Amino acid sequence: MKKELKLTVNGESYQLFIEPKKLLVEVLRDELGLTGTKRGCDSSSCAACTVLLDGRAVKSCSILAMQASGRSITTIEGLADGPNLHPIQQSFIDHWAFQCGFCTSGQIMAAKALLDENPNPTMEEVKLAMDGHLCRCTGYNMIVEAILAAAQELQQEAK
Amino acid sequence: MEYAVIGKATTNIDGFAKVTGQAQYTSDMVLPQMLYGKILRSPYPHAKILNIDTSKAEKLVGVKAVVTAKDTGEHKQGCWRRFRELCDEPVLCLEKVRYIGDPVAAVAAIDEDIAEEALDLIEVEYELLPAVFDPLEAIKEGAPQLHDGVKNNINVSRSIEWGDVEEGFKNSDHIREDRFMVPPQSHTPMEVHNALASFDGNGRLTVWTTTQCPYYVQCLLAETLDMKEGDVTVKMPYVGGGFGGKNELFADQFCAAFLSRRTGRPIKIVYTREEEFIAARRRTPMYYYLKIGAKKDGTLLAKEVRVFTDGGAYSSMGATALYLTGWFSAFPYKYPNYKYEGSKVYTNKSPASSMRGFGAPQAVFAGESQIDMLAADLGIDPLEIRKRNSMTPNYVVPGQATIASCGLPQALDKMGDYLERRGKLPKDRGIGVACYGFNTGGVFNWFNTPYAFSSALIKINIDGKVDLYTLAAEIGQGSNTTMSMICAEELGVHLEDIRLHTGDTDICSTDLGAWSSRETLMMGNAVKMAAADAKRQLFEIAAMKLSPNIVYDFAAKDRQIYLRERPDRGLSYYDVVKDAIRAKEGQPIIGRGHYTPHGKGMISPAFSFGVQAVEVEVDRETGHVKIIKVTTAHDSGQVINPLGVRGQLEGAIQMAAGYGLCEDMPTDEGKILNPNFVDYKLIRYRDMPETETIEIDTYEPEGPFGAKEAGEGLTCPTAGALANAVYHAVGVRINDNPITPEKVLKALRDKEGKSA
Repeated sequence: MKKELKLTVNGESYQLFIEPKKLLVEVLRDELGLTGTKRGCDSSSCAACTVLLDGRAVKSCSILAMQASGRSITTIEGLADGPNLHPIQQSFIDHWAFQCGFCTSGQIMAAKALLDENPNPTMEEVKLAMDGHLCRCTGYNMIVEAILAAAQELQQEAK
Repeated sequence: MEYAVIGKATTNIDGFAKVTGQAQYTSDMVLPQMLYGKILRSPYPHAKILNIDTSKAEKLVGVKAVVTAKDTGEHKQGCWRRFRELCDEPVLCLEKVRYIGDPVAAVAAIDEDIAEEALDLIEVEYELLPAVFDPLEAIKEGAPQLHDGVKNNINVSRSIEWGDVEEGFKNSDHIREDRFMVPPQSHTPMEVHNALASFDGNGRLTVWTTTQCPYYVQCLLAETLDMKEGDVTVKMPYVGGGFGGKNELFADQFCAAFLSRRTGRPIKIVYTREEEFIAARRRTPMYYYLKIGAKKDGTLLAKEVRVFTDGGAYSSMGATALYLTGWFSAFPYKYPNYKYEGSKVYTNKSPASSMRGFGAPQAVFAGESQIDMLAADLGIDPLEIRKRNSMTPNYVVPGQATIASCGLPQALDKMGDYLERRGKLPKDRGIGVACYGFNTGGVFNWFNTPYAFSSALIKINIDGKVDLYTLAAEIGQGSNTTMSMICAEELGVHLEDIRLHTGDTDICSTDLGAWSSRETLMMGNAVKMAAADAKRQLFEIAAMKLSPNIVYDFAAKDRQIYLRERPDRGLSYYDVVKDAIRAKEGQPIIGRGHYTPHGKGMISPAFSFGVQAVEVEVDRETGHVKIIKVTTAHDSGQVINPLGVRGQLEGAIQMAAGYGLCEDMPTDEGKILNPNFVDYKLIRYRDMPETETIEIDTYEPEGPFGAKEAGEGLTCPTAGALANAVYHAVGVRINDNPITPEKVLKALRDKEGKSA
């Protein structure tokens, strides 16, 4: 039995009818075509599917879409302003902070949530905040460097 | 030589797509009328299939087709077109299953849930057979036999020999014999295996899939489906990692194609993460027996190596891992006498295959542990014994290969300086070193391709934009950026002038794929040749316009074509392109290039080298080994893109540190106990050490602009260096990789027990 779900994704309001058992990641990918959010596992343990829910990083495979009812979601598609990349995205490019790119959306969204909450983190704080995110390509260090550089850039912008 | 593009830190040309979520992977794709496929797998490690009843599944509402071996046929698949006897894997199991996860049937349905439900309705009647899980058990008389006609389950035997080891041991002052074990490792690409197959009304097949070798997929699907290669198109969207686990073909690709042919609709099959762990591939586990002989001063005289691999149920690419582990056991030292014998043994486990390093990390863990033990026996510094025996430029490995460029001696010198700077370490800290060398592409042609190993095509258009067509497989390593850089440098244009077309067997000519670290050298040479071909055509036009003295040469740089000896006399690239196209009756300028190794021995056209120092701290209470710092001095020839090479190094450390410390796939009666990211432990952010790189400059004559590989060699040294570091930290030697806290604690207790 499908149920009504209203939610806001990347600033757009949606009214959907979905099966209540659907996970948020399934609705984002399959119903809304927002395939920038990836699934890397079946056990909520890789964090590739991370999105922002009311500004906080959540694994979109670990909550039902119905739990996001009435709330605001930002996915990787909502981060750039057209061709203008968010400083975190640009920093990922500048620092070779991705390789295959499959986990990258989740990494960037988590970094966004981190820097929104803590604009000037130490390296240890970055590693701690990002520790749940798996990556098999980069060895993480270049992601940490990208996030620290993005933090600097964002602080410059804020001044 | 001052380059305009090569050697400059260059950001990834796929960057925008990958940081915005626009990059499309096969698993993101949806086609009209698409159905979803699922695969039924064996729950038993070894059993006869007596009967398969699919009638209930077929009746389930929403199920559109079910296929079994009756449909997919008796054809045995594998990449071994030159050695057919090694193609031993059915598409779907016919008479029996040989490991837990062996594919038995496949279903197509209107959604994944229904497909899943249908799997439960397929009734398979099995007769259980005795199974065998350890290669040393499997080779015994009377052990269960996996394949008819394969005596003692010895699937493949390989030997390598030069000199006379008996003589070498006779002349040695000191001989050691040691035994090592190396575990399996899961590739764990973040994107699991998947395929989307679609037959059109004319009987042509298009397959989108996550692969490292689109050409193999094209050929082997055509062969299995009894089609012409030209009627199969393979498209490779962005690929979410490979690491050697996507070289071959898998049930998803075959079953999606068969189900699409049956239903006339596109079929998508995406593995679960659990399937990825149990039914993809794994790094080949090995039992390693080493005997080494040396003079008092540390000069190595002889090495004898015996290896048994836990090969799993099918040949897979394990036969090459078997050969290469023997080859790399002789690296990177000058052994005057060497003998290797290896056996790949069938076991009732998932097939063991290629994985980043392809036999070398196993060889380096065992070999570099033993070299350290030998140095300790002889009272020689670990770095010193390596320097004394290091390969050098132009060294000939008897009957095998010539090492042209080799920066290992410089790397060892610079590592010595580093270790001196690092000074004395606190208690329970230690540094271990390990050396490696690695292939830059394989000379072997087991696929029996009649085409050049790599081919490239360039088309220069009227506006000066350059279309570059290559099938080099971008799997995250950055080959798209590397190829574009090589093209821009050779043609004397800017990186943004290149439009790369890749990952489509219809429009790109052949490349064997991303394995054995071959793309930079092999496709790089093909791209360079294609660019040079196009450039020569531009120079012809420039010569007509400038009419220079015959002694002058032309050069191209920064969108200018000029006389090398008189750089002030030149023409705009754009003007020359326009004139050249006019001269060709309005045809765009076409450049063609190809590369196949010739006269480069049996193994590889070029070899990378390096030495790595791993510093650890061992907690004597818990046995936990923390990696503090990893320092690598490596020779990758002329580096094409320093950013990309650093990415390879960092990623290699993550994978190799996992191999050395925590990654393993324990089984119970053939069942993998940790097929998920909760129980299979990967190195995470907080486990990653600080890294330092010492670049060694060499020029490889066979490589494009002097380049060599940087993709796989760097995964080789870490586990061995870790074992040596633990020894130097707390005095215990662990020969059974990975070095888990349990093993460290046990070794510490055994040691204390002995000294008490």
